[in-house]
Amino acid sequence: MITKRIIPCLDVKNGRVVKGVNFLGLADVSSPTKLADFYSKNGADELVFYDITASYEERALFTDILKEVAETIFIPLTVGGGINTLDDFDRVLKCGADKVSVNSGAIKNPDLISQAAQKYGNQCVVLSVDVKRVDGKFCVFAKGGRENTGMDAIEWIKQGERNGAGEIVVNSIDTDGVKKGFDIEMLKAVNEAVNVPVIASGGAGSAQDFIDLFREIPDIDAGLAASIFHFGEVSIQELKQELRKNNINVRI
Amino acid sequence: MIAIIDYGVGNIFSLYSSFKFIGADAVLTSDKDTIIKSDKIILPGVGAFADAARKLKETGLGELVCSEAAKGKPLLGICLGMQMLFEKSYEYGEHEGLGLIKGSIKPIEPIIPKGYKIPHIGWNELHFPKDKPVSPLFRNIKENDFVYFVHSYYGADCEASTIATTEYGAELTAAVADKNVYGVQFHPEKSGDVGLNILRAFCEL
Repeated sequence: MITKRIIPCLDVKNGRVVKGVNFLGLADVSSPTKLADFYSKNGADELVFYDITASYEERALFTDILKEVAETIFIPLTVGGGINTLDDFDRVLKCGADKVSVNSGAIKNPDLISQAAQKYGNQCVVLSVDVKRVDGKFCVFAKGGRENTGMDAIEWIKQGERNGAGEIVVNSIDTDGVKKGFDIEMLKAVNEAVNVPVIASGGAGSAQDFIDLFREIPDIDAGLAASIFHFGEVSIQELKQELRKNNINVRI
Repeated sequence: MIAIIDYGVGNIFSLYSSFKFIGADAVLTSDKDTIIKSDKIILPGVGAFADAARKLKETGLGELVCSEAAKGKPLLGICLGMQMLFEKSYEYGEHEGLGLIKGSIKPIEPIIPKGYKIPHIGWNELHFPKDKPVSPLFRNIKENDFVYFVHSYYGADCEASTIATTEYGAELTAAVADKNVYGVQFHPEKSGDVGLNILRAFCEL
């Protein structure tokens, strides 16, 4: 039976993982390679790397690191951040990424998803969406959640699926950073609207939040989080044990 | 030496890295002499069947892979590379494969219950058929070990050569073998230690 995936997310800037990482016993806590190796050995089902740099030089540094990770870690790698063109897809796929996540790039150029899906296959294209409630409506936000596009999130995600996105990552701006649980209401609405895998993001603060996610939305596919894992509040192994105790199927 | 066939299809960096990681002598190549000199062949692939089949035909590499396999050289097709080994595929029309494994490639959608997502993405368990000995490809792993799948089509009508299945609302072909020709639907190069152990077993064949 297919298992629920637990996915740590690493934001990389200037070749280092940012968002304070606080692990005991890990000498270089902000080394993307060491952290990726640590997570992989501790049961991460997949890793997401976000390139949060802007300049060309920093981009090159990011792909060097990606290469280093892909040479030693053999679980799926998704890469996002600064993906605006097919050349960007090419750049990260050549360095070992398995999936490429597009967010603002797809808003600026809605053809990007279909072009990438045609060239690399649907399985390679992940649509990442930042969603926030505005007057009771789920709206798509761009530029790292700073700008309201006015677009309806459910419609945008359905369009993304039609254009060939093979997976959807939905980040709730309303619950992100609050650590009081995933945005079940919004995730339910998204999950019901599409037939491709949906990955929940934003709000995980405890193992219980993941249990609630998979109980409330039994066919949601994965939970993604950053700080809860980085700060060692919950280890992935402990989390998976808890999920299994609650009859949620995971890979241990 | 293991020849990983480079025919311009998909991400082969990780596959090459995984062989390097386990200490195998592997090369990425489209050179015919290198492929002929190799001890084993890997046929990778990600993307659309028709496009990959066309590339194998145009480059003559498909024919070469078949003639090398006919000499008894171990061959492993991975993901779309496994699908290429079959006689034909019904992905967007009807396309001819290499015909090294009897059977055809069909969409998952009609055989799985409603509510199951497509593609089948994620970690799923391997089951070995009860009526056959465990394939040498799996000598280093256990039944129910998890491997990573990403696919929307599956190998059908291939019961005789099926060496592993996985359950996704229906029983799906996870791996096939006919003598020295092997194919896995999942990605061993993305399946952690279990995947590396499968690649090690292939190197030991």
